[in-house]
Amino acid sequence: MIPGSFDYHRPKSVAEATGLVARYGDTARVIAGGHSLIPMMKLRMTDLDHLVDLQDIGELRGISVNGQSVEIGAMTTQHELIASEVLTEVAPIITEAALQIADPQVRYMGTIGGNVANGDPGNDMPGLMQCLDATYTLSGPDGTRDVKARDFYEAAYFTAREEEEILTKIYFQANGAGYAYEKQKRKIGDYATAASAVLIAKEGDVCSFASIAMTNLADTPIYADAASSELVGSGLDQAAIDAAVAAAIDAIDPAEDNRGPIEFKKHVAGVILRRAIERAISRA
Amino acid sequence: MSKKMHLEMTVNGQKVETLAEPRELLIHVLRERLGITGPHIGCETSHCGACTVDFNGKSVKSCNVFAAQAQGAEVTTIEGLGDPDNLHPLQTAFKEHHGLQCGYCTPGMITRAHRLLQENPTPTEEEIRFGMAGNLCRCTGYQNIVKSIQAAASEMNAAKEAAE
Repeated sequence: MIPGSFDYHRPKSVAEATGLVARYGDTARVIAGGHSLIPMMKLRMTDLDHLVDLQDIGELRGISVNGQSVEIGAMTTQHELIASEVLTEVAPIITEAALQIADPQVRYMGTIGGNVANGDPGNDMPGLMQCLDATYTLSGPDGTRDVKARDFYEAAYFTAREEEEILTKIYFQANGAGYAYEKQKRKIGDYATAASAVLIAKEGDVCSFASIAMTNLADTPIYADAASSELVGSGLDQAAIDAAVAAAIDAIDPAEDNRGPIEFKKHVAGVILRRAIERAISRA
Repeated sequence: MSKKMHLEMTVNGQKVETLAEPRELLIHVLRERLGITGPHIGCETSHCGACTVDFNGKSVKSCNVFAAQAQGAEVTTIEGLGDPDNLHPLQTAFKEHHGLQCGYCTPGMITRAHRLLQENPTPTEEEIRFGMAGNLCRCTGYQNIVKSIQAAASEMNAAKEAAE
């Protein structure tokens, strides 16, 4: 399991990193935690001549919370997300999701930026970021631009990020809503058979806000707008939850694979979403 | 073939240097270039955890890290925790509580458990099982591994209290 040969670069700044990527074009890839990229390189399914390691770029690290505004550097690891008390205070859904990713060793290395930028439909953070309505900042040779997580994913491994751009940070407004990240997986370390991120807020007994996203149930994460709409304005009664689950199942498009046939995945998606909605309501 | 890099890192408290290609994995450099054969290669696909080492204070699977990424890093392997005349409390506990059978996973188990106890010196059984989820054992059924880690934690906490 030895990857093909490449040259290794370890830039100290985003400008230096984007410069390297611009110079070497599609023969270069950036590496964050490497726990998606290195296995692909070992299988020789990814071939590159230049590996640009982002580990020394301090400006890509760290979590900053200002009131309800949250900004997370792309190189922040899952372990750091889990360990951050200030993040858990304002956006506990991130902690809940990060704890369900892979295993401890992988969480020490795996980063939020790599998780959202890779475009792997199995990754948990993209759906969660759509649920939170997060924005990604991309840095390239012509400067920076922002893209909404809900507009970022085009197909499996295809995103709005241009080849010469690096995803540098993620930001969103937390809103204190009830939350749940629910994930069904075959074993520790596996990707989801189905997972769901849910935020729900109430005013009195009426749902005033809902946001639902589904993971690994299509070739991109699915922001289930119609499902959220079924809940908003309802009393979060059984009929409203049934309607939301039906709308979400309508929005997904799972493929048959070693995690099961399509009908099974739709069934699991419904079970998982229902659990997530109920837990989010209990915390709203 | 790309050019070899001059790598420097601290392994088990000793400064080491070696030449290696950028594509060489940390586990291969440790075992084949530095002769540190404590960490094992199990699956080589970052699932089993037999190659776990401590890397700048984090438990990592060294089959999924390039040695180049460890340039300048502090690495600790099972060899750095104890030796036959002076076993680490985790090593003693694994021996006394039958925390191993074939022993293949044990260096990774102990190296991971070491970091777990640094972060949480008094873990519950559930926290141990969750914290050890990246290490597979095909012999023990895990029960005695959990017991060993609990025993080592008590031992280490008692020693710490006695020292204070």
